[in-house]
Amino acid sequence: MAEAHPVGFQWVIEAKKRGAKIIHIDPRFTRTSALAHTFVPVRAGADIAFLGGVINYILSNEKDFREYVLAYTNASMLVSEDFQDTEELDGLFSGFDPETRAYDQSSWQYAGQQDHGQEEGESHVDRETASGLEQESHGPPIPADVPRDPTLQDPRCVYQVLKRHYARYTPEVVEQLCGVPREKFLEVCEAWTANSNRERTTALVYSVGWTQHSVGVQYIRTGAIIQLLLGNMGRPGGGVMALRGHASIQGSTDIPTLFNLLPGYLPMPHFQQHETFDQWIDAIRHPEQKGFWADAKAYAVSLLKSYWGDAATEENDYGYGWLPRLTGDHGTYQQVLDMIDGKVKGYFLLGQNPAVGSAHGRAQRLGMANLDWLVVRDLFMIESATFWKNGPEVATGEIVPEQCKTEVFFMPAASHAEKEGTFTQTQRMLQWREKAVDPPGDARSELWFFYHLGRRIRERLRDSDRARDAAVKNLTWDYGSSDEPDAELVLKEINGYDLRTGDLLGSYTQMKPDGSTSGGCWIYTGVYADGVNQAARRKPGSEQSYVAPEWGWVWPANRRTLYNRASADPDGKPWSERKKYVWWDAGKGEWTGDDVPDFEKTKPPSYRPPEGSTGVAAISGDDAFIMQGDGKGWLYAPSGLIDGPMPTHYEPAESGVRNPLYGQQANPTRKVYDRTDNLTNPSAPDSRAAVFPYVFSTSRLTEHHTAGGMSRQLPYLSELQPEMFVEVSPQLAAERGLTHLGWAHIVTARAAIEARVMITDRLRPLRIEGRTVHQIWMPYHWGGEGVVTGDSANDLIGITLDPNVLIQESKVGTCDIRAGRRPSGPGLLAYVRGYRLRAGLEDESGK
Amino acid sequence: MRTWIEGWPVYRQLTGTDPLGRGAAAKSDGSRALESRTETADRVAKSVCPYCAVGCGQRIFVKDEKVVQIEGDPDSPISRGRLCPKGSASKSLVTSDRRQQHVLYRRPYGTEWERLDLDTAMDMIADRVLAARDATWEESDADGRPLNRTLGISSLGGATLDNEENYIIKKLFTALGAIQIENQARI
Amino acid sequence: MGSNSLYGPIDPATDAGYVDPPPRMGFFTDTSVCIGCKACEVACKEWNLVPDDGFNLLGHSYDNTGGLSANSWRHVAFVEQPFAGDALAEAAGTGTQFLGMPLSDLPGKATPGPRGDFRWLMMSNVCKHCTHAGCLDVCPTGALFRTEFGTVVVQQDICNGCGYCVSGCPYGVIDRREGDGRAWKCTLCYDRIGDGLTPACAKACPTESIQFGELDELRERAARRVEDLHEQGVAEARLYGHEEDNGVGGDGAFFLLLDEPEVYGLPPDPVVATRDLPRMWKRAGLAALAMAASAVVAFAGRRG
Repeated sequence: MAEAHPVGFQWVIEAKKRGAKIIHIDPRFTRTSALAHTFVPVRAGADIAFLGGVINYILSNEKDFREYVLAYTNASMLVSEDFQDTEELDGLFSGFDPETRAYDQSSWQYAGQQDHGQEEGESHVDRETASGLEQESHGPPIPADVPRDPTLQDPRCVYQVLKRHYARYTPEVVEQLCGVPREKFLEVCEAWTANSNRERTTALVYSVGWTQHSVGVQYIRTGAIIQLLLGNMGRPGGGVMALRGHASIQGSTDIPTLFNLLPGYLPMPHFQQHETFDQWIDAIRHPEQKGFWADAKAYAVSLLKSYWGDAATEENDYGYGWLPRLTGDHGTYQQVLDMIDGKVKGYFLLGQNPAVGSAHGRAQRLGMANLDWLVVRDLFMIESATFWKNGPEVATGEIVPEQCKTEVFFMPAASHAEKEGTFTQTQRMLQWREKAVDPPGDARSELWFFYHLGRRIRERLRDSDRARDAAVKNLTWDYGSSDEPDAELVLKEINGYDLRTGDLLGSYTQMKPDGSTSGGCWIYTGVYADGVNQAARRKPGSEQSYVAPEWGWVWPANRRTLYNRASADPDGKPWSERKKYVWWDAGKGEWTGDDVPDFEKTKPPSYRPPEGSTGVAAISGDDAFIMQGDGKGWLYAPSGLIDGPMPTHYEPAESGVRNPLYGQQANPTRKVYDRTDNLTNPSAPDSRAAVFPYVFSTSRLTEHHTAGGMSRQLPYLSELQPEMFVEVSPQLAAERGLTHLGWAHIVTARAAIEARVMITDRLRPLRIEGRTVHQIWMPYHWGGEGVVTGDSANDLIGITLDPNVLIQESKVGTCDIRAGRRPSGPGLLAYVRGYRLRAGLEDESGK
Repeated sequence: MRTWIEGWPVYRQLTGTDPLGRGAAAKSDGSRALESRTETADRVAKSVCPYCAVGCGQRIFVKDEKVVQIEGDPDSPISRGRLCPKGSASKSLVTSDRRQQHVLYRRPYGTEWERLDLDTAMDMIADRVLAARDATWEESDADGRPLNRTLGISSLGGATLDNEENYIIKKLFTALGAIQIENQARI
Repeated sequence: MGSNSLYGPIDPATDAGYVDPPPRMGFFTDTSVCIGCKACEVACKEWNLVPDDGFNLLGHSYDNTGGLSANSWRHVAFVEQPFAGDALAEAAGTGTQFLGMPLSDLPGKATPGPRGDFRWLMMSNVCKHCTHAGCLDVCPTGALFRTEFGTVVVQQDICNGCGYCVSGCPYGVIDRREGDGRAWKCTLCYDRIGDGLTPACAKACPTESIQFGELDELRERAARRVEDLHEQGVAEARLYGHEEDNGVGGDGAFFLLLDEPEVYGLPPDPVVATRDLPRMWKRAGLAALAMAASAVVAFAGRRG
């Protein structure tokens, strides 16, 4: 956190000054570790084993916050008798089909609900379309009424299932698997549990490297289970906080430039699952389900009204027929492989530098070299714009400029100071930026570029009567009269209108399914409440409560802490005076507190839904997790996850360590692209894993930003970290003859890159299952353009993805490291091939 | 004449309170004229740092239509006026002379960049989008189920863009049937 | 030796001829909360338009600035301290061994006593704005001067680049800029504080490791912080440069350190060269008298 989010870290320092204990768990000692009370070095890729050990500690010592767990989690719910655990099936859950490597999830359901489970075919489609992402704003579908055992004694209740699942994650196993000494591990367990109760809460903070694993979603699930068991969710000072890495990466997920989503986490239609409008709507709202998602039709119709205005009518299903359809995986990595295969004609890069910043840099660049055209919009000349000229493949002879057909347009972009608009930061807060100056020269905003691109395209199609062009011709595309589109008009369109009165909506609860409202992103409705740009509010923090509700605007409904109903006990009283946040005011008959209550304002804690209710009415007065289908925080996920209802330790896709817990080595459902240009290093028990004997991880430095386009171009940042380097322990340096500040090169099946050597005690060898495991670390900021240049760490990484969200495993892999520089020119290819031959990934014929 | 004499440090040193000439008497014209350029700015724009997702408040000071300083906004309850090294380098980011200010074009099989007029580039891109779309259009699958799409166009980026920008990007591409739209959130 | 304009505790602004000056302003840099982010270095350069200082990987942990110079007015030092008897390394069966690595002989690198864990110390160094500033006292042109805030500033419209100040600084802070020739260093953002603003580095510092304010108040705050840290078991916390009777009459920028000053590259007992000036002048005066006397004698002798 201190490394990549230094200003956010001020709050950790603030807490530390007030007596909080800070624990940092990381493969290497970082600037965060330096300020922590306790640093716990862990093997990269073993996080579920570590956190599973914490769960086991909590459950076997009954350290859970029992009242909270009973009231607000699904601990008491009974799981189907058909369910079989990894503990019984050697690392697989029940329902696995080795053919599709997907699960039939019926047996994972609650008792009596087996019919509601995902079948393997659906599960496979869900993986292809990363449908887990749809759950960012709500839980996956689940029926409302579930049998329970409030005594938590029934062997089929979630509490007992969980307890059995993690029973083998003992301190000894944690020590063996993660390399964390028992005492250190127990110190963490004791501190975490002792600090989580009525009076105290513990926050779990992760950075999104956690998502970059073949079990990334399950990493985060493990953290969520602990925080639920300890009663830390929905309470001040608690929670699971994702520190995201880009100014509006949250916004670009909410209003997605993502293949599988429409704004507000509505799914992009799938050609089979959502052939008709009704199928699409029902797939979102799940008619028999509890919660606010039941009103999905209002959100969906409002979006279509925003897109197509008057052309969206009840008769034409509000233009649903114009929406393009998914047939499978259309994610960025699939696209790149399709580029290599010649299937993609044109590519836009919008402030993104995949030649350096995406996994498998070589595949990225070879893909771009095989396009018809490429549009690069950036502030600076980046590697993705010059692959045809200066890329590493030009040096190896794989790309010859005179033979590379790709037409490249470099379009200079406006900076954040040269345009107005909102960023959504990592806590879901929208903040409006005022424009300071005009962009220089030809530089333009994305708003300008896409508005005028659309305008030109629409002019060209004006006289078309082809069916395919109706969607473009009917778009509402009017954003003011000046050359630069009016960003406030766009934000108003996002917020939505009552189309009968022309008034801006104040809340998504005002949205209607009959076409009488519009709204481009339902979760953002309210950002223009009362006709005021709420995101532009800047009441000084010093003049308001610590929650600061009048600074910016947070989705949904300006609610700063989600599920904050859980900050009060089931009766609506604060768990303690010290930790009061939102509570039921019986006198006034409403929820009140420091934040906007995440609950219907006047629904009392005693409310119990009548038999057979659905939707919002089915939410009980103590269902704190109102977007979940059953109103409860999930210790066990009966649906919604591709790879299992509970996190289970699997080794990374590349690992020299044999999974000591199960016969199943790696995540069985991980997304793989089995191609000769995307080889994976061998793993244990294959003895050839020894060709790549070391574990490596990559991450950021404080002084640089991602692929370097915004930092390696600036002298003041470049001078602070001027060269690509690799951190190794003194012991590994001795083993491989590496010298401090000397050169080394790092090799995987994909590439070899070079870096200067930094020998440091901040990296230390770990003892894993009786042998020494060395870890090395590299920053990934370097590339060939800029004030300072160097090899790219992402060239080392192959493409293997988490099955739930299709994010690549780039935080752990195996490699070799050798003293000296790598070969250059065509010799580099031969050198890497030598490794592939030794690893058995290729034979002499090149197969 | 008298002013000239008073401006002479030795005069001030001999006649003033600073006989050693190390302070008041040694103050130069430059020092006397010093003023913070945040105070002399024409206007201040309230902004947000463009780097990570913490969302630190920034104040952008503008003088003669140039950004002269970017610093933390002390009113922000998130950042309380502070910035990290990257946020602190925002003025360099915006005002750098390394920033590209012209449209550049690399023709197929070309070995160098060429200048291109912005308007021409926009037209060329619009033509290429439509051509790629037409060449790869999929109306429906073998069973007649609608597809309405092209797999011939890809886009990557959005995490450093504004919500308003992402909104119209997604809107336009969706209407065009281009579904291969991705950003850093997948990476 | 008593205090005077050249040595001992004084109010430097009054001493430099300011009548009724504003309170003396300074920096308190609390290294116990420094996260080594270097925002101070960048914010300083952005505000003061200081050129970059070269692009060299130094291998001094994460420090690639190297030290204070004409082009780096803030410098974050990084010190990696393995602790003796590394349980983890032992658990890994590898132990620590001498590898002939550079820097391993830096003071503080290997501590004899037992300590809880590996430490990574970070400290943002800066000009000390001494009460008795060696640089100022030797400046022949009046380019270096004492401001009404008690700080020490080079006036670039005066400096002729003679460089006397460089050797006059007991901390090795002030430096001449290549190509330009003039001497440059931290001004404690004289232009900003004159307008009631906080210096750029302190303004940016994410964790309030760098604190700006009235020196008297900072000294009280620092004393309380040391007490707090001692109560929390951080026995090694100590202040550096805060004492008015140190070799420079007290530093306008002082520090809370977690180890000996040498560990961070700070001189343990800096002394302004002018401390000895009265004594030297006395000697020189005696010598001059003696010379004059002998000259008189010589003349007298000739006469005689």
